Amino acid sequence: MLRRHDKATQPERRFHGWLWHPDSNTLPVDAPPPLLQRSGVFYRQKHLLAIEGLEPPAISQLLDLAESYVLLNRSGKTQRDLLRGRTLINLFFEDSTRTRTSFELAGKRLGADVINMAVSSSSVNKGETLIDTAATLNAMHCDLLVVRHDQSGAPNLLAQIVDAAVINAGDGTREHPTQALLDALTIKRRKGRIAGLTVAICGDIAHSRVARSNIHLLTTMGCQVRVVGPPTLIPAEIADLGVTVFHEMAAGLGGADVVMMLRLQRERMSRGLVPSAREYFRFYGLDQAKLSHAKPDAIVMHPGPMNRGVEIDSAVADDALHSVIKEQVEMGVAVRMAVLDILSQGHGRNEP
Amino acid sequence: MNPDTLFSGVRIVGSGVDLVGDLLVRDGLIADFGASLGRPDGAIVIEADTAILCPGLVDMRVALGEPGAEYRETIASAALAAAAGGITTLAALPDTQPTIDDPALVQWLRSKGEATGSLTILPYGAVTKGCRGEELAEFGLLCEAGAVAFTDGLKPVASARLMRLALSYARGFNARIVQHPEDPSLAAGGAATESEQATRLGLPGIPAAAEALMVARDIRLAELTGGAVHFAHISTGEALELIRRAKAAALHVTCDTAPPYFDLNETSIGDFRSYAKLSPPLRKEADRRAVVAGLVDGTVDAVASDHQPRDVDDKRLPFALASAGGSGLATLLAVTLAQVHNGSLALAAAIDLLTAKPAALLGIEAGRIARGAPADLCLFAPERIWKVDAGKLPGKAQNTPFDGRALEGVMLGTWKRGARVFG
Repeated sequence: MLRRHDKATQPERRFHGWLWHPDSNTLPVDAPPPLLQRSGVFYRQKHLLAIEGLEPPAISQLLDLAESYVLLNRSGKTQRDLLRGRTLINLFFEDSTRTRTSFELAGKRLGADVINMAVSSSSVNKGETLIDTAATLNAMHCDLLVVRHDQSGAPNLLAQIVDAAVINAGDGTREHPTQALLDALTIKRRKGRIAGLTVAICGDIAHSRVARSNIHLLTTMGCQVRVVGPPTLIPAEIADLGVTVFHEMAAGLGGADVVMMLRLQRERMSRGLVPSAREYFRFYGLDQAKLSHAKPDAIVMHPGPMNRGVEIDSAVADDALHSVIKEQVEMGVAVRMAVLDILSQGHGRNEP
Repeated sequence: MNPDTLFSGVRIVGSGVDLVGDLLVRDGLIADFGASLGRPDGAIVIEADTAILCPGLVDMRVALGEPGAEYRETIASAALAAAAGGITTLAALPDTQPTIDDPALVQWLRSKGEATGSLTILPYGAVTKGCRGEELAEFGLLCEAGAVAFTDGLKPVASARLMRLALSYARGFNARIVQHPEDPSLAAGGAATESEQATRLGLPGIPAAAEALMVARDIRLAELTGGAVHFAHISTGEALELIRRAKAAALHVTCDTAPPYFDLNETSIGDFRSYAKLSPPLRKEADRRAVVAGLVDGTVDAVASDHQPRDVDDKRLPFALASAGGSGLATLLAVTLAQVHNGSLALAAAIDLLTAKPAALLGIEAGRIARGAPADLCLFAPERIWKVDAGKLPGKAQNTPFDGRALEGVMLGTWKRGARVFG
């Protein structure tokens, strides 16, 4: 078994321009971690960098474990011995209060020592900061590294450099795996299943890592996924990801079980992708009238923070019948506990 | 005086010659060649039964790190890599620090090439002063100093008005304008070709239309001015179709491509592999096939390495921030030969694309097998295999997009004006 501090047994790391190493994806399989012994280990990655490529059993395992943490959290109990002595670093190159807090809480509830590091994203050379910071953190021997970065693929680069398990907390416009997992858990708890549902993801698909992770997860788990938005915010050839593209909300939401709204950043207006906030709200903002096209028991989701009156009407956002936005936040903590739990099993730090 | 060199029993290929026999080098020139030559006294005899002897390669698009980015590559290290790749003449891009927009710099670059003893460096002059795209450089003085053509390197001449002036004014000196065909506003911020893969990876895309737009515009301007335009590193089928039609209409339009564009496609990026980040970006498979078709039907006039040396630190960044460009001197011949081995190209056609044709575009005496021509030669074993290994390539720049690629065609030796400079 490969151990973290046993440098002699580690293969030489030479940079070849490949940001993926075959050895970074393998977990020791000879001794399954005790907690998962009965069901077997389906999540066999060292890191959580993306949803793309995960298979249904691995996703189900994360969701099942997260569900047990929902119950634990609601009962007010904690399990502080699980990650005792482990260090979790929240390395955020982009501002985020809710995701960082959610990971911090998840780590603390499992007994990890949590350190938050906010690295200014306005520094001149972000890339240099990334590599230097990674090297520094590696020398400090942290166990779990949660990374948010404004560049797609940055966590993959980090995973190549550090020994810790890397968790992608959002990279550029690529993926936000824990958001998709918490969305799936929310859907599963509300709808009783994931497979077979029709999910409409609406808004700025082009710049949304949440959309990509959700598309991968939901198509993998057997949903009919639609993307709805103006053509300027739909990325090239997205239909090849297994989704149906709509440019009109009424059609896109027709008969949907789940309506997932995305945040529209103000910057999209200044770059000319959308003429104005009022025009966007008129055609793509979710109000009761547009929601009426979806199934009567449809749920409304949003990854937050919301731009009320831009992509979502307050009346819908706060509608207790449909909106599950607050529940998503609750699920976030449980999902992140499950992710930390599973990834920390792979380390074998407590073994002789 | 150097002793004579006699190549005996080799296959001699290039500029219309294709025979198995001998070739004699005397006083730095090709003295004679034919089915069987006598052995002069004291000659160095090189016998290589299955090897191919061809003119030293003429690489018409190379960025040198020097001057200004010596941490990436020096002229000395580029010369090493060039000799190992069989390249004896190269045309150097002017977008260095300082920009090659002054006659003295052109002369300096030429003399730096002479000093290597193994390489002729033909400087391109800048189209605009400082490659800033604002005012024309001194074409006449630069030509007089030895500039072979004009280009702004990796920057396109964006303004249609300026491009018109450049094409017009260059006519007076019989000079060609070499364009990096990419519409800058469409390509702005892009990191990969616009496609499903870019969407999956969350990378900003550059549409293939960015190339076609600039090609279409410049063909029209070449028609308007009567000037000669050359498009560098063509990567899309759309652009090739436009060039094909322009050639049929007898306009002064030519183009080259680079090995990555007929050997690789966008999937080489894989999981954010920054060594595969190039400019223009690696395209879809359909475009790669179209580039091969362009090589076969003669729409593409030359194959150039498009060598862009980069340091590890230029590349070890998140993909969109990593610097675009791949090294290509050492792999130019073998990757081109892959198209011969897979049956797309005839050997003689492949050699001409690397020697006589680029030499003709640059207007120089090189790249030919002829009596009295300079003995710039390279000898290679066409079927011997090797594997590209970034980190172990000759020269300083290791940023090859072909890392891990198995290739056929091993260089046995390179000669510059009769003197052996490699092997």
